[in-house]
Amino acid sequence: MDQRDASVPTISRIGPFRASVTTFGALTGSGFRRYATYRQATIAGTFTNIVFGFLRCYVLLAVAEEAAGQRPGGYDAGQLALYVWVGQGLLSVIGIWGWTELADRIRSGDIAADLLRPIAPVTGYLAADLGRALYCMLTRFGPPLLAGALFFPLHTPARWQTVPLFAVSVILAVVICFGCRYVVNATAYWLQDARGPITLWTLGSGVLGGLYFPLRLLPEEIVLVLWVATPLPSLLQTPLDVIAERDGPALQAALVGLQVLWAAVLLGLAGLVQRRAEKRLVVQGG
Amino acid sequence: MIRMQDLKKDFTVRIKAGRLRRKKRTVAAVDGVSLTIDRGEMVGYIGPNGAGKSTTLKMLTGVLTPSSGEVSVCGLAPVPQRTKLALRIGVVFGQRSQLWWDLPLRESFELLRHIYRVPPADHAARLKRCRALLDLDDFLDTPVRQLSLGQRMRGELTAALLHGPEVLFLDEPTIGLDVVSKQAVRSFLAELGATGDVTLVLTTHDLADIERLCERLVVIDHGRVVHDGSIDALHARYGSRRSLVADLEQPLPPDFALPGAVLTAVTANGHRVTFALESTTAAAAVAALVAAVPVRDLSLLEPDIEDVVARLYTARDGDPPPTGTV
Repeated sequence: MDQRDASVPTISRIGPFRASVTTFGALTGSGFRRYATYRQATIAGTFTNIVFGFLRCYVLLAVAEEAAGQRPGGYDAGQLALYVWVGQGLLSVIGIWGWTELADRIRSGDIAADLLRPIAPVTGYLAADLGRALYCMLTRFGPPLLAGALFFPLHTPARWQTVPLFAVSVILAVVICFGCRYVVNATAYWLQDARGPITLWTLGSGVLGGLYFPLRLLPEEIVLVLWVATPLPSLLQTPLDVIAERDGPALQAALVGLQVLWAAVLLGLAGLVQRRAEKRLVVQGG
Repeated sequence: MIRMQDLKKDFTVRIKAGRLRRKKRTVAAVDGVSLTIDRGEMVGYIGPNGAGKSTTLKMLTGVLTPSSGEVSVCGLAPVPQRTKLALRIGVVFGQRSQLWWDLPLRESFELLRHIYRVPPADHAARLKRCRALLDLDDFLDTPVRQLSLGQRMRGELTAALLHGPEVLFLDEPTIGLDVVSKQAVRSFLAELGATGDVTLVLTTHDLADIERLCERLVVIDHGRVVHDGSIDALHARYGSRRSLVADLEQPLPPDFALPGAVLTAVTANGHRVTFALESTTAAAAVAALVAAVPVRDLSLLEPDIEDVVARLYTARDGDPPPTGTV
């Protein structure tokens, strides 16, 4: 609009890599602030997480009482309680439920605005989702854990690497979950309405991700197949097993390694789906 | 700056043809549009609902892949080079928002600065100018979801301009706005166009937008260009004439004739007459009329673009346009 630079695209003078990082960071910040707007929702959500935490914890501890050697699935009571309460805290951080933004924008045609930006939609949405996860980590992770620690004896991690490994595992779980949600939402490009796939995803990710019960309660063969053939156990089961120290140090690290693989696969898949969708995209009306 | 050669976009529509069967039907939304738009031009792109205006705009901006034909904007192919092109164009879709619903306008602008990687000084200068011209200050810190339509549209325009685009695509930017907001948007765009640096393509149903802003008018119907030229050329082509309306002291004598003009209406018991001026000047017509009968009042009406365009839209369905190139 001003005469000086009307004929040249204005690119910042800093290097392209640093500029990309700054852009990514700004988008992450926007995701953080968008979620920070809804404080009452944060409080209500946290309260619900705590209530259901008690419910799940009592059920699992009752199961432990009756189990042979009082170690169902290889967890002792402290590990089970930690599994439940960290899980309740991570629920909103990983964000397996409730994200239909992309599907909604595809259906309404607002996706056109995303395509008009000089940034790949997968990258833009990933950055914003990391911001969302960061906000949830700061606000919604702590309270359930605190409630659990007040009312139940929780397992305390014994190995030095457990907590850093857990942090990495959570970030990877957020990325994997984002990739899954993106692909599920992107079915709206073909179906117009992604409610079916989203319902299937909500059910599948809850049951097979380790939320409703630890997958280790299932027969070992099934657990192995689920872990290797689907990304679902990498969503919650892996970070929770890492923090609960369910396995030895080698397996603990290997599970996080598997998450790296799934994160790469799902980001690649999301990018592929997006590119395919753009070729057949129809934005009708106005 | 913009070049389209035989651009086509087909959509496949499935229609019911029995209990389970569906028939496929292909609809040509844009059917062979060829246009060249130079730097600094302000082009009005109009047509009835479903004519293919928005589809053309979506192909120009890289959102839709054309079915066939060639298109280039700023020397780039829109779909394959979409992200590169995005840095050089600005787009406002009147019915969609590019702002962040949950964030204040100011933060949306700041975010766009990062996304488009605009140096802070340039960003500040452009924002300052938009704030002054579009009166943004009152609602800069209001979340977008709480803005009125007029406020949001002013925000959208600013958002489209903060990276200094070479081409600005506006798809119905004044839709749903009140008179004051429309005026604000129009004068802003007029000022922008006057610099001659920004190429502006505007689709609208409000022809006052076009009259106020665009020298060149492209009319599209059924996916084809039916007129490309100035507004005056459109009037000339469709024989639009100026009208002289006179309030008379007494009715016209029955055999009265005004040289070079045609009597088109007689109302108010013969006290108000309307002449269409064909081959005479307004001055000569007024002089002849005043000499013949006592006149109480006079007014001269310019041809109405809405009438011409309405005639253009209704005369479709296979009717060839009267003259000129298609």
